[in-house]
Amino acid sequence: MHSVDNHGMGKPSDLVQGTLDLLILKTISLEAKHGWAIAKRIQQISGEVLQVQQGSLYPALHRLEQQGWIRGKWEESETGREAKFYTLTAAGRKQLEQETANWNRLSGAINLVIEKAYPEKEG
Amino acid sequence: MRWLEKIRMRLEMLLHRRREVRRLDAELAFHLEQQIAENMAAGMSSEEARYAARRAFGNPTLLGEQAREAWSWNSIEVALQNIRISMRTLARTPGFAFISILVIAIGIGANVALFTVVRSVLLKPLPFKEPTRLLRLYEHSSDDKNPYNQVAAGIFAAWKKQSHSFSDMAIVSTSGEYNLSGAGGQLPERVRAVEFSWDLLPTLGVEPAFGRNFTAADDRPSANATTILSWGLWKRRFGGDPSILNQTIRVNARPYTVIGIMPSWFAYPEQGVQLWVPIYHDESPKDMEVLDSHDFVPVGRLKPGVTETQARAEMSLIVRRLHDEHLDNPFIAKGADTRPLLEDIVGNIKTPLYVLLAATGCVLLIACLNVANLLVARAAARRRELAIRAALGGSRWRLIGEHVTESFLLSAAGGLAGLLLARTVIQWLVSTRQDISRVEAIQIDGVVVAFTMGLIFFCAAFAGLISSVSTTGDKMLSSLQEASRSNSAGPARVTLRKWLLSLEVGLTVVLLVGAGLLLKSYQRLRASELGCVLNNVLTMRLGLPEAKYSHEPERVAFYEALLERVRSLPGIQAAGLVRLVPGQGYGGDSGFWVAEHPPLPQGQSQYAIVRWADPGYFGALGIPLLSGQIFDARQRFDKANEVVISESFAQQYFPGEDPIGKHLLSLGRRSYKVVAVVGDTRFHIAAPARPIMYFPLYANIYEGVPIDATLAVRSSRDATLLALPIQEVVQQLDRELAVSDILTMDQIIGKSTLDSSFDATLLLAFSVLSLVLAAVGLFGVLSYIVAQRTAEIGIRIALGAQRERVLSLVLLDGLRPAFLGLALGLVVSVATAGLIRSMLYGTEPLDPAVFLSVMAILLSVAAGACLIPAWRASRLDPMAALRAE
Repeated sequence: MHSVDNHGMGKPSDLVQGTLDLLILKTISLEAKHGWAIAKRIQQISGEVLQVQQGSLYPALHRLEQQGWIRGKWEESETGREAKFYTLTAAGRKQLEQETANWNRLSGAINLVIEKAYPEKEG
Repeated sequence: MRWLEKIRMRLEMLLHRRREVRRLDAELAFHLEQQIAENMAAGMSSEEARYAARRAFGNPTLLGEQAREAWSWNSIEVALQNIRISMRTLARTPGFAFISILVIAIGIGANVALFTVVRSVLLKPLPFKEPTRLLRLYEHSSDDKNPYNQVAAGIFAAWKKQSHSFSDMAIVSTSGEYNLSGAGGQLPERVRAVEFSWDLLPTLGVEPAFGRNFTAADDRPSANATTILSWGLWKRRFGGDPSILNQTIRVNARPYTVIGIMPSWFAYPEQGVQLWVPIYHDESPKDMEVLDSHDFVPVGRLKPGVTETQARAEMSLIVRRLHDEHLDNPFIAKGADTRPLLEDIVGNIKTPLYVLLAATGCVLLIACLNVANLLVARAAARRRELAIRAALGGSRWRLIGEHVTESFLLSAAGGLAGLLLARTVIQWLVSTRQDISRVEAIQIDGVVVAFTMGLIFFCAAFAGLISSVSTTGDKMLSSLQEASRSNSAGPARVTLRKWLLSLEVGLTVVLLVGAGLLLKSYQRLRASELGCVLNNVLTMRLGLPEAKYSHEPERVAFYEALLERVRSLPGIQAAGLVRLVPGQGYGGDSGFWVAEHPPLPQGQSQYAIVRWADPGYFGALGIPLLSGQIFDARQRFDKANEVVISESFAQQYFPGEDPIGKHLLSLGRRSYKVVAVVGDTRFHIAAPARPIMYFPLYANIYEGVPIDATLAVRSSRDATLLALPIQEVVQQLDRELAVSDILTMDQIIGKSTLDSSFDATLLLAFSVLSLVLAAVGLFGVLSYIVAQRTAEIGIRIALGAQRERVLSLVLLDGLRPAFLGLALGLVVSVATAGLIRSMLYGTEPLDPAVFLSVMAILLSVAAGACLIPAWRASRLDPMAALRAE
């Protein structure tokens, strides 16, 4: 299991810096979610591989909010309690597209290098 | 519209910060609840679920803080928080806060005051147009020993006519005293006055505040007499009434028309000049042509593109040509020199000011070191608290931030107090030292305030960072352990404090040595012999207006009547008239030849100071008659043919012969017979005695019987009581005549030693201050060490250690930094003492007595400071000490 942790304690994760932002933006791109749900969703979809620490999640959410990519709104949650739901702003949606494209380019390139650069000798 | 969203967020964070903090807490609480709910759904008991969730969640405060770091305004909020916390911690230890602020206030105050003076006097450009192009012009002295001699008017005329380096050039006289007659019931008054040529003000680029400058037509012997008043004289004597313009006032008993009033800041060539008159009008045409009478002070403005070196070379060339054309006259200079006008005006005060500024710099460093030391001690006392906070997740930067904030608060408060202190000090300085050139320019301005800010930041950073080095080095766990069982203090921290102390002691030693040298040279100066009686002698200057006393017998009659009446006043033992009494200045010299000696080789000259005196002068001032007989009062007018010489004159020009009966050819090659040799006197207290020739007062010297003189009277009691009766006598003789400079001999000496007493006193004050600071530092550190080692010392004593041994152990521990500092300070002092050589009189920079007494003083003060904690340690009750743990 990997922890997505590009901020705070411990060493930088094995995921590229800024990836957490991309994951968060993507996770709330369809519907508004609160922090807990975002963490859970990432964990579920990644097949329990990626686990987001609170110590990274909330600073990231607040940073994205300060930068105007996402907007928090207090609404009643499924359990009936008030929770802060995050949605993408228009600018955030554009940012998501851009970051997705970036990520695809980057991961494609990395794949290419790994697969083709030096065919490993069997043996 | 992302920027709109961002601005909205910014405003939100600024205006609803409290609400946002509450919401963040709610958001995190919600997360925690979800976790608990999930745990319970997984089958845990509610207790277990809560516990597990909390453990997974971590420190909610820390989490909140981390999230808040993303918020805008967060750094400001943190800073405000730091300030709040620091204020609270400081308020809990008001004694520490007060002492630190006081120490910094003194350090910053002294620096700001001195910086203000240095900046205003030395660094600010002169208040003239393009002041960097203004040069003061000099001749070399005829023996080439002094490159900065005054200039003969004839030389100036040649420069003005022949040189091409200057766009403007003007000639100025040295200041003299003029009689200002009273009109309409006013008392007569003597004021300092200067003559300058009409083109001086255009050269400087200055205009009168009211009225007009002299014109070339005013600046001629045939013109009507005109004068320009200083702002101060106009306000004081003429009530600031502009209608004085074009009216006539009586100067030296002649009518002068007031044509202008200078602005209040204008003080040229020196402080206290109140009246200016046109030089070519007031001086005789003959005097303005001579090549060998060095009386004047020219100023020039360089043409654009001409360098000072080029100008100097051209001036020198012109002088050299004149010299070569008049090889028979040995008193014509061979070369010329120049100096920027600013340097000429502030020349004397430069070194002392920079020395004092350096001293205040040391004081500030010492103050900072002391505060740093106190902060280190505080950090040491609070290390347990800090360790716990670090263990709970307080970030290191946050802790350092708090620390630096604390020292910043102290420095800021100290800086503000220091600025107020500096204002008071400057007011005091300006009122006591009116003699400093450009004193009118001294004021606190924006640059000074910025300088103060700089000092505050310097102090804060210096004290804060040094002490936080000691906090951050801590390993969290070890410091908790250490704190729980504090047998000895963290050794690193104590070492740091000892180093700080050594530095402090070192700087103190440097200051002490400087102060000691200045003090000693001041004492030497006070003790040096002027060569005359000092007690109960009163002097005053007077000058007869030439217009009213145009005939020589009138002058003689006045002097005789004055002396006769003054001598008959009760309480007066003796009275005499002389050109200048000892200590009153150089006055002027003249060349001479000895008739009985072979002629001097061409180009060589000999000269001596010229004095004129009435026969009673020598007795009145107690100047001893060494041989011969003083001339008598019958030596008058053209018949005067006797001269008295001083001892050094006899030694220098009549080595191995008896000068009595020889003849001097001087003052227009008239012959004077040497009739007596008298004791040496000094024209300035710090200058060695020079050869002097005394001519009879009633002789025709230069242009007839002299019109200005100093009256000196000796009394059997307090001489100052005689001032009024003598002034009344003068008034009876001439209602229009005023006297000036009514001073006792002691006051004359005081005036000429003002500089050195001032510098010595200030430096002494600074060094005493730093000595006290260093002693307090030593005391504090050693007390702290003893407190830290209470248990250890208790054990030692319990195991049978001798109390004397404990005493010497602790004492040595405290004295070690003092020794180190002393060694350091002595080395630096040896290097720096040479820098103040020019301020010393009769004292070598490496004066062993000064160095030894500094060592003795420092060591005894250090020992005194260490003795109390050491004694306390040796008196420890072992049982109490061990139980205290």
